[in-house]
Amino acid sequence: MICRTRKNRIAVWTISLFAVLCSYSVTSHAVFTIEVKRGTEAKIPISIAPFSIEHILQDGLQLSDIIETDLNGSGRFDVIPRTDHLSQPHELKSVDFKDWRLINSEALVIGRVINIGNGLFEVRFRLLDVYREKQLVGQKFRVPAGKIRKVAHQISDIIYQKLTGTPGAFDTRIAYVVVQEGASGIEHLLQVSDADGWNPTTILNSTEPILSPTWSPDGNQIAYVSFESGRSTVFVQDVWTGQRRLITEFRGLNSAPAWSPDARKLALTLSKDGNPEIYIFDMETSGLQRVTNHDAIDTEPAWSPDSKFLLFTSGRSGGAQIYRISVSGGPAQRLTFQGEYNANASYSPDGRLLSLITNQGNGYKVGIYSFQDQSVRELTSTSHDESPSFAPNGDVIVYATQRANRTGLATVSVDGQVQQVLKLQGGSIREPAWSPFTRKL
Amino acid sequence: MQNLSSLFAVALLSLAVAACAGRKPVEVEESSIEITDATGSEVSTGTASPSGLTEEESTTTLGLEDSTSGLDSATMELVNTRVVYFDYDSSILTPENETLITAHARYLNSAADVDVILEGHADARGTREYNLALGENRAKAVANLMLVLGVSPDRIETVSYGEERPVSIGSGEDAWSLNRRVEILYQ
Repeated sequence: MICRTRKNRIAVWTISLFAVLCSYSVTSHAVFTIEVKRGTEAKIPISIAPFSIEHILQDGLQLSDIIETDLNGSGRFDVIPRTDHLSQPHELKSVDFKDWRLINSEALVIGRVINIGNGLFEVRFRLLDVYREKQLVGQKFRVPAGKIRKVAHQISDIIYQKLTGTPGAFDTRIAYVVVQEGASGIEHLLQVSDADGWNPTTILNSTEPILSPTWSPDGNQIAYVSFESGRSTVFVQDVWTGQRRLITEFRGLNSAPAWSPDARKLALTLSKDGNPEIYIFDMETSGLQRVTNHDAIDTEPAWSPDSKFLLFTSGRSGGAQIYRISVSGGPAQRLTFQGEYNANASYSPDGRLLSLITNQGNGYKVGIYSFQDQSVRELTSTSHDESPSFAPNGDVIVYATQRANRTGLATVSVDGQVQQVLKLQGGSIREPAWSPFTRKL
Repeated sequence: MQNLSSLFAVALLSLAVAACAGRKPVEVEESSIEITDATGSEVSTGTASPSGLTEEESTTTLGLEDSTSGLDSATMELVNTRVVYFDYDSSILTPENETLITAHARYLNSAADVDVILEGHADARGTREYNLALGENRAKAVANLMLVLGVSPDRIETVSYGEERPVSIGSGEDAWSLNRRVEILYQ
């Protein structure tokens, strides 16, 4: 059974995420919204009237479907089902605001897609304040058919910013690793796609494992760990040209790369001096600076947004926990004290929170550490999660989660309210990394 | 350093699963080989005085036949076991592990042109990078014992694959326990 988001509103599930997954299909790209009702965080009720459309997107979806999935997944919006709409306006003059107040919609999005010839389409939309009966934003785009999905995400970004004050992160990308059965054995693919999993491009195809992809701050390069030579080595690759640079191939581990905010350094885990430690590699000089010095495991470095600190995972107190250390070395401060296992931490863009994997007796879950409370709270309802990565606006986290013998990707809003499953396809999908904001040209 | 001259055959490389139960006790007196914590705190060396060995000529071959002379059969059986297993989140060698690795070190000391690769692995729980480091520490723990027992460092190579090359797919302790391992590969 292939599930598609034909329905505007998926019923609220109160049972476990795994119980409702549909079968895999290599060609289907279904996105499910599973609402986990927790807390009473208010969401903005909004309606997306179907755009008058003269071009159906290849997948049968409409622009309004994409915008609806985007906004629902953020956890900040409550998109009212299309079946509740009392009218279907495409233009401002056809809007009867009473119809929208009646269904308790605070905001309304209307739009049109017009085929203007030469393979180009004009997309117009308006965001309206229902109670004050006025337009908040109106914009039009002129794009080829292949860019209409991107326009839908850009419209979502505009709506999001206008109504929440936070920039949207819908017109962004993710990198991740696919492991699948190929013609001549197991294939490991490093792929980049839209943040909702669409339009994947393979940028590396290997017969050996690929781990820990991570975006450079300008979004043009990805650092990753490759086992192509039979052991772990770190590469940096240009996303557009495919050009690669081998960073380190010392004896032992070369792993866990992390870009500094100014992109001039990569923090790494190397074990060349006896056991896994954190080092900083200078991208210009290729010089190495050692940061940690302890005979326990020290790995998974992550930079603070102000470039002053590194987070890392260390086994020095007996099990994996999160520590913070100045980039110039010195004493390490332990941050996590709850649960037997805390690992793979990274800062939110504003530096106030950490995403991480935590096990507090209920399995390995995505968690949030708050510097203010100095505590970790579990975020997901699943128990075999890995590799959490913040969206560049800090509101959503993408992660990998295991079901049966495969892993797939999902997102969770930072308040824990909404989880969306991405990218169902044959094969195992893991190690997601969310790109920085896309530069607008 | 022991002088173990033997004709000893190396079994074909395989991913044999150790039979942890039913292993014959090794007929060896071991004195003062103490490995405490795999994080490398205290290591003291001693000597192992094997009993039941006969001295043979000093050539070794990589033939396929087993020789019943040379290293005793208990040691030979141990050397045919090419996997060392570990507890969850641990790279500490159990006494059983130490016995196994000692037999391998003994073999290596008797076969000077044989090198060894130690591949460290971890089960799928937790994060991939931490598991990569855990696999590395497990391989290093085995290597360190071999070094202590006199094997030259340029003959030992360690590599970690973390959780990326499981022998058993699936979840549950049955699968996980088979993946928390170091594989001993001769070349």
